[in-house]
Amino acid sequence: MSFAIGLQCRECKATYPSEALFVCEICFGPLEVQYDLAAAKGVVTHESIAAGPNSIWRYHDLLPDTGVGPVDLGAGWTPLRRADRLAAVLGVRELYLKDDTVNPTGSFKDRVVSVALSSARRLGFTTAACASTGNLATSVAAHAAAIGWPSVTIIPADLESSKIAMAAIFGGTVIAVEGTYDDVNRLCAELVSEHPDWAFANINLRAYYAEGSKTLAFEIAEQLGWRTPAQVIVPLASGSQLTKIAKGFRELDELGLTTGAAPILFGAQAAGCSPIAQAFAAGDDTVTPVRPNTIARSLAIGNPADGPYVLDELRARGGDCGSVSDEEILECIGLLARTEGVFAETAGGVTIASLRQLVNRGSIDRDQPIVAIISGHGLKTLDAVVDTATVTHTITPSLAAAQSVLSPHLVMETSS
Amino acid sequence: MSVIVRLPSQLRVLVGGEAEVAVEAHDVRSAIQAVEELHPGLAARVLDDEGKIRRFVNVFVADEDVRFLQGLDTVVVAGQTVSLVPAVAGGC
Repeated sequence: MSFAIGLQCRECKATYPSEALFVCEICFGPLEVQYDLAAAKGVVTHESIAAGPNSIWRYHDLLPDTGVGPVDLGAGWTPLRRADRLAAVLGVRELYLKDDTVNPTGSFKDRVVSVALSSARRLGFTTAACASTGNLATSVAAHAAAIGWPSVTIIPADLESSKIAMAAIFGGTVIAVEGTYDDVNRLCAELVSEHPDWAFANINLRAYYAEGSKTLAFEIAEQLGWRTPAQVIVPLASGSQLTKIAKGFRELDELGLTTGAAPILFGAQAAGCSPIAQAFAAGDDTVTPVRPNTIARSLAIGNPADGPYVLDELRARGGDCGSVSDEEILECIGLLARTEGVFAETAGGVTIASLRQLVNRGSIDRDQPIVAIISGHGLKTLDAVVDTATVTHTITPSLAAAQSVLSPHLVMETSS
Repeated sequence: MSVIVRLPSQLRVLVGGEAEVAVEAHDVRSAIQAVEELHPGLAARVLDDEGKIRRFVNVFVADEDVRFLQGLDTVVVAGQTVSLVPAVAGGC
């Protein structure tokens, strides 16, 4: 049973029932799902959670009400991988990768979409929709297909071809907009008012949708034996993932389920779209929009909705925010793959490059445990790496030719 | 010809359920003020106590965010649309 009791405005604290609302009727502030944690305490236990399914729905008590049951492709319960080989390269003692590349459609978006469409079905919507940089469109289209709903996903026209194909394969309507993601977002924010029966996962369902990211915090804590990690580094687009990871750790603490202090949170952005990193460095409370220009398309949001809240969370316990070049992003996709066998999309390269930057800057304590969120699979952004990740040798099909390129020295080099 | 002010669903109750209001205006500020004169209550929802655009409201002129232009002083010409859109949306 969900312990959700309604919605509350983050700004003016006005409260609302768990209905199809997404902004405060008074101040336009974002709405968040509230839970009766006092009632949940002692009922939601390590054992009750462990008895649940191997998906985000093991935490159903701490997620929005699903009505008839979740819209579920099996999102979540992804591996938390100890990354000793990468840790050695970065010069840190204890590093873990939260490997969300293995979600059903290859990104963490399956967590938020599963929650959003479950709420959408409960609330009587009939069509799934979203504004997307690609990963969300894929996840919305897949989850909609699984319950027989039509979907309308709206993306920038110049996305990676692999992301367009992944969004389209599920049979929904994919609309490419000649513009940036921020243009797509603005268009969708207007479309919401014209199509009241469409559930835009990240717009009119946003209060519910965003709750799905809490499950990253829940899983990390559970996989560490209900101990909080000292530090977590999170890629930033709208910033919702980071603020909800913070909320997740707070809820676990309030329920008495974890030991250890709340983690210090760190953000990761691409230099070509780093409005939050810039505001953080300048000491600003608000985020000035930028025009994105980076290969990290899934993070290319120039006007991040949750930016001010991310700044609050980063500053709450001495966090920091990285900002890394496209060259560093590509280098770190390779570094992660070579050291840990994990192939991340460009956002993962942003996270690892930012981790390296913040360790070298001294912001991240190299002697304390670190969890890095790897939010999407490298197959989604093959375009970014096809020029550099290519065959080592091309030979004729003869033993002599093979032996001539496979000298013992070369074999050693490629396996180290 | 006048300027069109386009409203999100949350504000339409203030203008009798209409999605758009046509007004005479020369910039964003005067457009909002003109709607306010026709339908009192709108300005307070869009502007804060200091008269600035609220943190969670985005304003677009001809599909361009006025934060990239001149804010409330952004010039509007006859036939253009001023769109008021909730800022909370989108992304991962």
